[in-house]
Amino acid sequence: MAGLGYACLLLALGVCVYGIVASLYGVRNNRPEFCNSGRRSIYALALILTVAMAVLEIAFLRNDFAFNTVADTSSRTTPTFYKAAAVWSSQEGSLLLWAWLLSLWSSLALFLTRKRMRDVAAYATAILLGFGGFFVSLMIFYANPFSTTSPAPVEGVGLDPLLRFPTMMIHPPMLYSGYTLCTIPLAFGMGALIARRLDAEWLKVIRRFAFAAWLFLGMGILLGARWSYSELGWGGYWGWDAVENASLMPWLTGTAFLHSLMIQEKRGMLKVWNVSLVLATGTLAIMGTFLVRSGVLNSIHAFGGATLGVPFVCLIALLIAGSIYLVVSRREMLRSENRLDSLLSRESIFLANNLVLVGLCFVIFWGTYFPLISEAVTGQESSVGPPWFDRYTVPLALILVLLSGIGPVISWRRASLANARRNFMVPLACAGLTLIGLLASGVAHKTFALAMFCCAAFVFGSVGQEFVRGTRARRAMAGEAPPRAMLALVRRNRRRYGGYIVHLGIAVLFVGVAASSSFQHATEVQLSPGQSATVGAYHLRYVEPTASITPKYDQAHTGSTLSLGAVLDVTKHGRHVATLRPSEGFYASGNPAEGSVSSLIGGQAVSHIAMDGGITRDVWTAIAPNIETPTLKRIVSAGNAKLPPEDGAIALIYLARAYLHDPPPAQFHLLVSPLVLWIWLGGLIVFGGGLIAVWPAPSTVRRRVAARSRARALRGLARA
Amino acid sequence: MVVVIVICSLVLAAIVVMLISAPLRAGSPAASSAGGEGSAAEASATGGRRRADLESAREAKYREIRDAELDYRTGKLSEADFNSIDAQLRAEALGILNELEALGEPAGDADTPG
Repeated sequence: MAGLGYACLLLALGVCVYGIVASLYGVRNNRPEFCNSGRRSIYALALILTVAMAVLEIAFLRNDFAFNTVADTSSRTTPTFYKAAAVWSSQEGSLLLWAWLLSLWSSLALFLTRKRMRDVAAYATAILLGFGGFFVSLMIFYANPFSTTSPAPVEGVGLDPLLRFPTMMIHPPMLYSGYTLCTIPLAFGMGALIARRLDAEWLKVIRRFAFAAWLFLGMGILLGARWSYSELGWGGYWGWDAVENASLMPWLTGTAFLHSLMIQEKRGMLKVWNVSLVLATGTLAIMGTFLVRSGVLNSIHAFGGATLGVPFVCLIALLIAGSIYLVVSRREMLRSENRLDSLLSRESIFLANNLVLVGLCFVIFWGTYFPLISEAVTGQESSVGPPWFDRYTVPLALILVLLSGIGPVISWRRASLANARRNFMVPLACAGLTLIGLLASGVAHKTFALAMFCCAAFVFGSVGQEFVRGTRARRAMAGEAPPRAMLALVRRNRRRYGGYIVHLGIAVLFVGVAASSSFQHATEVQLSPGQSATVGAYHLRYVEPTASITPKYDQAHTGSTLSLGAVLDVTKHGRHVATLRPSEGFYASGNPAEGSVSSLIGGQAVSHIAMDGGITRDVWTAIAPNIETPTLKRIVSAGNAKLPPEDGAIALIYLARAYLHDPPPAQFHLLVSPLVLWIWLGGLIVFGGGLIAVWPAPSTVRRRVAARSRARALRGLARA
Repeated sequence: MVVVIVICSLVLAAIVVMLISAPLRAGSPAASSAGGEGSAAEASATGGRRRADLESAREAKYREIRDAELDYRTGKLSEADFNSIDAQLRAEALGILNELEALGEPAGDADTPG
């Protein structure tokens, strides 16, 4: 089957090259049939890569270790659920996933625009096929997912235990969908610049895809944060890791674009800025992919040691140079049609919000790429840690949240001072009351948290006021009951109220970030059964050890061969709160040379945290059991010496019994983090609001249906 | 096994060729247009683009009028400001509608590939 997969890659490359040539020939020579043929090349690419993806998936599910990538990232003991996801855990598989998603999303975009903007779409087709061809070439020349070894190994290495987590099934496809979707506005933006068709229509075409990119990228980032919090055993959700940053940057510029786009739609302003944001977002998405794939970084998310740096640098250089040339050469066509009416207007707030978002992106860009540049120049490794990022991003985040509360209460075009004063009263009162409440409860020393809570209260006040006033206005017009009036208000003004809900979600999310980073109680402690530790107001007692030997289905369903843990009793002021069972999973190393027992537990040990989560706080626990005691080491050595490989598990039974009978002190990492759940809830609110904002209004759907029926009737008449 | 792989690859290649060559086999009236017909098609396409642009502008203007009204009803605009902005927006909308009317009825899929 590997032959079929490789044939798919060769065919895909041929289709990309043909499609680029056909699209460009068609648009330059006014031959629409060639443009159509080029467009269909994207559909064909999607078909071919779907077959290639299916071939690789089947190889994983059938444990076909003749495929090098299957042997390297899967094993018979890897649970089926994770085998399916292991496809994108390798460099080769993730490149295939990228190209496949790009082909699917591009097909959708070009199908939806097949009757519009023929010339722009033709250039966009060529650019998207160029990206497709680039990624297919990487697979053919550098990282072939269908390379094989003969004879096939009997067993594979297994999936990295850190990746055996449910969100890892969907985190990469979400993130890659976001990245690939970012290239669609980029392709249409470049197409519009090349074709010199910078009217309102191209913006209309890309708005939905820009939004989809924002949504998928955001969901991918949030799922990644959730994975970090629940799986990596350090208790944090964001570490300013370069790969995390790489995904955040296009999201920030995408957010800026979604705001400034409205100004161009309404006022014909910010054309250069908008097209630059579109191009920057697409380029940052490619740069994000470069960071993970090129091997320039050592990150938990990155595929270290890869050799794809040079092709990526060439592509990025081409994108940057092409973008600059196109924007500069078309600057006359990108002149603003209007000027700002007043500094006190929603346009100004959007502009300020754009500057803050781009400022944030710049800070993160500098912190992420400067160490790489510095290393390239000086030859010395350097990195920038969380304190550096916090110093710059915290004040910008505060301003951003504040602006998301100011925007909703300022009108478009111009607002009068008297109106603004009246509209700010409720939000300011909310912020003031919050400040007084917090100062009274003695948290004045946590300046960032204090400021963020006040800004968030300001947002709650402003958005709440908007909903109340809007509902009241709707009731006055239609005489509906309040809930119905509110629903009707949102339905008729989806963009506006969906956007307000997004702002609310952002405020909720940042409250979670501020609270959990400022008021977290953490301790690292060594405990023996019967001993206790206090974290914040909580008392945790190590009741008893646990051990299980379930190679296929351990307690966490991750396929660990041995799992050692503890039962912890959590109390607060003497009252039972929860019983937690953190554990650490030990995995097979896949190296028989280590010995029949050591090879079963010699792989990477991974902490399976236990948590009692709630709306006000999470009690989070992780354990690092000690298996290096003389007794346990003796069992392993004896098993290695005396047992054949197939009986190695017998020694594990003895090892588990010995651990339960005489448990050595274990190292515990205990956290009490307030309001972490608010981060995930805030994320959900953001995406819910985003979906409301982008959902077509019922009237639009009706208009489209009516237009289609009218067009059909006209065509029928023409034929008759 | 090798034979099966070769057959599968060839079938896939055949499907792909059929898919991407369909527009070329069908041909296109626009492709054969030349001289005066070509200019007419180009003019029609330009008209179609202008119409699409104006329709987008009209939708945006309608939205702006609705937004201004909502801003007024939710207390963000004074009555005087609202009246002036609303009148300005309606005048702009009227300009767009007049321009659309001057372009005449849509000529079908002027910007549609064949």
